[in-house]
Amino acid sequence: MLRILRLAAAALVAFAVPLATAKDREVSIGLQSPVTSMDPHYHNLSPNNSLLLHVYEPLILRDANMKLKPGLAVSWRAIDDLTWEFKLRRNVKFHDGTPFTAEDVVATYKRVPNVPNSPSSYATFVKPIVDTKVVDPYTIIFKTASPHVLLPSDLAAVYIVPKAVAEKATTEDFNSGKAAIGTGPYKLGEFVHNTRIVLKANYGYWGGEEPWDKLTFKILSNSAARVAALLSGDVQMIETVPTSDIAKIAADKSFNVADKVSNRVIYVHLNQWNDKSAPFVTAKDGSPLGKNPFRDARVRKALSIAINRDAIADRIMERRAIPAAQLLADSFYGTSRKLKPAKYDPEGAKKLLAEAGYPNGFAITIHGPNNRYINDDKIAQAIAQFYSRIGIQAKVETLPSSVYFNKATAGDFGYMLLGWGTESGEQGSAMRSLLATRDLDKGMGVNNRGRYSNPTFDKQLTDALYTMDDKKREGLLQLAAETVMGDTGLIPIHFEVSTWATAKGYKYTPRTDQYTLAMDLKPAK
Amino acid sequence: MLAFTIRRLGQSAFVLVVMAFIVFVGVYAIGDPIELLINPQADAVERARATAALGLDKSLAEQFMSFLAGALRGDLGRSFVFNVPALQLILDRLPATLELAGAAMVIAVVLGIPLGLIAGLKPDSAIGRAIMAGSILGFSLPTFWVGLVLIMVFSVHFGWLPPNGRGETTLLLGVPVSFLTIDGLRHLAMPALNLAVFKLSLLVRLTRAGTREALLQDYVKFARAKGLPARRVIGVHVLKNILIPIVTVIGLELGSVIAFAVVTESIFAWPGTGKLLIDSINQLDRPVVVAYLLVIVTIFIVINFVVDLLYSLLDPRVRIGQAAAAH
Repeated sequence: MLRILRLAAAALVAFAVPLATAKDREVSIGLQSPVTSMDPHYHNLSPNNSLLLHVYEPLILRDANMKLKPGLAVSWRAIDDLTWEFKLRRNVKFHDGTPFTAEDVVATYKRVPNVPNSPSSYATFVKPIVDTKVVDPYTIIFKTASPHVLLPSDLAAVYIVPKAVAEKATTEDFNSGKAAIGTGPYKLGEFVHNTRIVLKANYGYWGGEEPWDKLTFKILSNSAARVAALLSGDVQMIETVPTSDIAKIAADKSFNVADKVSNRVIYVHLNQWNDKSAPFVTAKDGSPLGKNPFRDARVRKALSIAINRDAIADRIMERRAIPAAQLLADSFYGTSRKLKPAKYDPEGAKKLLAEAGYPNGFAITIHGPNNRYINDDKIAQAIAQFYSRIGIQAKVETLPSSVYFNKATAGDFGYMLLGWGTESGEQGSAMRSLLATRDLDKGMGVNNRGRYSNPTFDKQLTDALYTMDDKKREGLLQLAAETVMGDTGLIPIHFEVSTWATAKGYKYTPRTDQYTLAMDLKPAK
Repeated sequence: MLAFTIRRLGQSAFVLVVMAFIVFVGVYAIGDPIELLINPQADAVERARATAALGLDKSLAEQFMSFLAGALRGDLGRSFVFNVPALQLILDRLPATLELAGAAMVIAVVLGIPLGLIAGLKPDSAIGRAIMAGSILGFSLPTFWVGLVLIMVFSVHFGWLPPNGRGETTLLLGVPVSFLTIDGLRHLAMPALNLAVFKLSLLVRLTRAGTREALLQDYVKFARAKGLPARRVIGVHVLKNILIPIVTVIGLELGSVIAFAVVTESIFAWPGTGKLLIDSINQLDRPVVVAYLLVIVTIFIVINFVVDLLYSLLDPRVRIGQAAAAH
């Protein structure tokens, strides 16, 4: 009997060994969103681009504020409106030892539009290039059909692979690790769909050695599970700390919370598809209004100043949001300092509504997703409450994103809560997609779900987009932004603040592009 | 027996086709996956290209017919998200789910039936009451909450067990399993327990009710009067007679544990099919959803078949042919 007891005790001890403490040069990171592929040209999505940047690199990198900086190219310049010259970095080797040259760039750009079954390709970024000339192994010239100022920004999204890989490899080859060869600071160890990605240090990295030998990224989509993993020491860092846990973790001495304003704006599109009516917008008794109130700038402005943005940022977002006046926070290119978040003014809003012919308000339904943006359903609820104070009867209906976005795109909603992350980091592309008059052939207003249209603004924006000089272009973009925000082309609510939490002994330098990069994680001294 | 098997196969094939059609139409009705898959910054040309690449530009009927044609060759389509054959994606993850479900059912059966017997034999004793009270808790506490409490206690507070993931695996007959390594068991313990709690309570109550009813039957009284030892009366006369409903429920529950361990799998980040299903539904990854449900229906069909066979072993009066006729 005693022997059995002793055996049982021994078994229990063996079973209950505390978690092996992470070795000094190994680190585990809990991610929120799954990475769908190790093929850098298969699925253009932020979580993929973020993780793949450890393994592969583009010609041009972005710093923590999304400003362009040299990557595999050391310098670039526009020779004339249609010609770009890129000087490439010397002495860079791929993980398999082959040297990096201009031929790899050419082969990569050739592969990009031709990845089978790609659900969202990178073709848009290389499409402007109509001709490529390799001058020498470290100089390459691109020709574009029309002036394309965003070329460097576009090429920052396309990661370079060796010529041999670009010519033959399939998406499966990248996932299995066979073709996962880049120039980045880490090599692929193991990729398990929707579970984990293991990376190993690339000791010969041109940018110098990283502090970690091994990285394990775990996909922990459930936010409670992600926090538990951090608290128990299973991972040393997590991204996207749930709002409700931020205060608790920040107060705990064993953990640090890092945050930074992101490139994502939460905003409202108002349905202006036609002059007669907008979906779900009626008089309070349910009868039609006879015209579309959202086409009236006074009504749009009233709906904007009736929202107390500070209250939303403070109470719902736990101060992890910054009230917005335009599509990107002030630190980004092309934003205007003259624009300030609309002051909360319910009396002014009522007056504007009366001027526009709606002294008694009207009824709307606020539609929004409930699993896409941080606290999206709560924001919709709060907005409805603010509107009741100016006499607008607002119902709220939130839907899962799989249902919501299709309907929003189809124009089924009148008042839609949406979000937009500007991957180029400059306001021109955001305005072009969300606010320009819709013209698919020209790539204007692709995501203009409200169908807002303002010819003055369109002209200003187009002028800006074709101006090659960076300083001059910024001025023109600011002018366009002032025009469109003054007209309330859409209602900006706030910029999301991205959050990361690290265990004691680790220091993370946060980024605006919502990427979670081990290159920004260092041991704390 | 042979006729029964053939009839069963025919029914099953029909069920599978109907099932595939319903799911196909259902997912199609929710919306267009392109909206979720594509990068929002993409232009109209890229949108059209992606739609065509995934075959979503064809009509629903065309899409379904080409799916059926592929299915007959054993090809259930490729995942929109991962660009991997959907069936392979599921089969890669199925061992993890089967292992979790198996472990949970073992815990439920090994603890549930004896506890239920005790509670049934001594319904008024303190221990009998304690077991019943415990089973009510097990019934009513949400799985989600129990899982988080387990993590908070055993991972965060004591640091004994890892909070997520599956442990080290070894190959058993070519299938990766984790219950043969210490690391694997430590990872398995909490999710299996979490998943077992509800089934355990169910089995306790079922066994107790059956036991109490059987104890009043004439054959039990007769066996006792004959002077048989209590062990034999309970072990053979009572237990064997109450097993038929229990086996039915275990069969049904095993199916549902395999198919819908979603909550447990997401809390513990267990790399199983439940988590895959919920992610795929959210992403409208139709090939995976359809393939998954087809696999699950197949599993249900197999389990039901085995349950029917078990009936005839437990109760000699049940003949397979009759069992089939009764369905």
